[in-house]
Amino acid sequence: MTPGPGSRITYREAVKQGIREALARDPRVFLIGEDVGRYGGCFAVSKGLLDEFGEERIRDTPLSESAFVGAGIGAAMAGMRPIVEIMTVNFSLLAIDQIVNNAATLCHMSGGQFPVPVVIRMATGAGRQLAAQHSHSFEAWYAHVPGLRVVEPATIDDARGMLRPALESPDPVIIFEPISLYNMEGELTDAAASVDLSHARVHRSGRDVTLITYGASLWRCVTAAEELATSGIDAEIVDLRSLRPLDDAAILGSVRRTRRVVIVDEGWRTGSLSAEVAMRIVEQGFYDLDAPIGRVCTEEVPIPYPKHLEDAALPDAARIVAAVRRTMGDAQ
Amino acid sequence: MSELPVGITRERGLHLLREMLRIRQFEARCAELYGAGKIRGFLHLYDGEEAVAVGVMQVLGTGDSIVSTYREHGHAIARGIELGPLMAELYGRRAGCSGGRGGSMHIFDAATRFYGGNAIVGGGLPLALGIALAEKMRGGRGLAACFFGEGAAAEGEFHESMNLAALWRLPVLFLCENNLYAMGTALARSESQTDIQAKATAYGVRAAVVDGMDVFAVEAAVRDAAAFARAGNGPTLLEFRTYRFRAHSMFDAQLYRDKAEVEEWRRHGPVISLTTRLKAAGLMSEEDFQRIEKEADAEVQAAVDFAEQSDWEPVADLARHVYAEVAAP
Repeated sequence: MTPGPGSRITYREAVKQGIREALARDPRVFLIGEDVGRYGGCFAVSKGLLDEFGEERIRDTPLSESAFVGAGIGAAMAGMRPIVEIMTVNFSLLAIDQIVNNAATLCHMSGGQFPVPVVIRMATGAGRQLAAQHSHSFEAWYAHVPGLRVVEPATIDDARGMLRPALESPDPVIIFEPISLYNMEGELTDAAASVDLSHARVHRSGRDVTLITYGASLWRCVTAAEELATSGIDAEIVDLRSLRPLDDAAILGSVRRTRRVVIVDEGWRTGSLSAEVAMRIVEQGFYDLDAPIGRVCTEEVPIPYPKHLEDAALPDAARIVAAVRRTMGDAQ
Repeated sequence: MSELPVGITRERGLHLLREMLRIRQFEARCAELYGAGKIRGFLHLYDGEEAVAVGVMQVLGTGDSIVSTYREHGHAIARGIELGPLMAELYGRRAGCSGGRGGSMHIFDAATRFYGGNAIVGGGLPLALGIALAEKMRGGRGLAACFFGEGAAAEGEFHESMNLAALWRLPVLFLCENNLYAMGTALARSESQTDIQAKATAYGVRAAVVDGMDVFAVEAAVRDAAAFARAGNGPTLLEFRTYRFRAHSMFDAQLYRDKAEVEEWRRHGPVISLTTRLKAAGLMSEEDFQRIEKEADAEVQAAVDFAEQSDWEPVADLARHVYAEVAAP
């Protein structure tokens, strides 16, 4: 049974239902990747889909990221609508030639003759003690590349709803799914049916400071905002949702309301999305700021295995609260 | 030199020669235009390898797709892309077949299912798998014909693609143009196993070695491989033994090979070989050859005129097509 609005489901289940709906809706859609079929998906996202849709459409591949990502790109150019699953963003580096040199360039280089309507999903981020080859956040690398669209659903509604517009887009869309959110439970709302691909969303309205974030860090910001509220600081949270394109209007709109900003990014600080967002604010909203922009990013280390060190490396509510307090300064 | 196959008519022979000469004369002009600064960037000429492109394209139909390399002028011409838009592309003009955005290494043409020259060695193979997979999933009869050089056999994407194509019995023709040099590195200096077809066979891909200087041998081998694929039996790799007479690109001083070696290959090049055989069989005269060459030159001149007259895309359109302007098919 398909969970409807009001159901409490996990993020994993929400992603699965999005895939299931897409497969049922459009015969051109198929799922392709390592262990998506018999195993049920490395993170159990596609469990049960093989029985429902068969081997042609739930297609297990060899450990050949470049070949099956490239095959997805080719199939998309030839009229299909593949959903390519890469186990983690770290593994996607084995296919980065196909994504960056082919998917991102072919429409432009062919003068518009060959759009590439492929969807590539991959798990991202830390928090499950998977160490330094399964835990990184390379969203910024892909968001750097013209020709790609990059999104990261952080909520149950987006996890369920983003796939549809991604498949309807004529452009290559990369969907990042934070590993640490797969077990998160939440309520599916009516909004899941009509989400879009390119707009940020104000997750929590506030007057005093804007927290700009995406992915798993959204929930770190929510915790931080609740703590700040107890001391009378009313934080607004902007969930970027789309990492390319960035929704400048939403970012600047919030900045103009609160005049103080902390950006929370699970990527490393150097050359990060947080740097890009901060610079856009400086370029377009410098005189709207009452304080320097703050940032909370992952420490610049390969993500370590032991829990206490992994936790210490990642943004958390305490660091976000501290950064907000620095930004507030005398205004507290 | 091999005999003409039985049953070759004058008309057939002249057609094949004409196709090869169209490529050769087009590219001879390209080399001049490069010197004159009309064509910039990298320019990789196909001179010497024409029998492969022409032989292959005799077999492929309108429902088949082509994935090519950066040395793809010959493939494009033999596939039927008009010389005017092709030359305009090399000029970088708006009327180019890729709208001027690709240049010599990136010829695209949706109308003939020409999925582009790919300038990342080995990068086109996975695309061909996907095009073939789409065709197979739709129950179509189309093939994906994928050109690459022997240098690609050292890339991981070659090995991943052999495995996946065989595993899924995809209707792919792997067309390896073995011209012996990956840029300046001879095959034996870069591969522990120089037998390319053996690599394919190891993955369960049917494979054969073909004389790439003989257009009839190429056509026959491709016809067999295409029938095999269309019958649902999966991919074939054909290793065409060929040679490029000119430098790798216009920046190549050719320090890595002897002039004598080049001359030796030239003596049994594809054009001279076909010409000699057609004449010996009494199917063609020297006048025929001259006439065909002249017609090709006229077509090339018209293409140059077309390119010269085409305008530049306005700078205001720089960011067009980064994202699609229309729904994807």
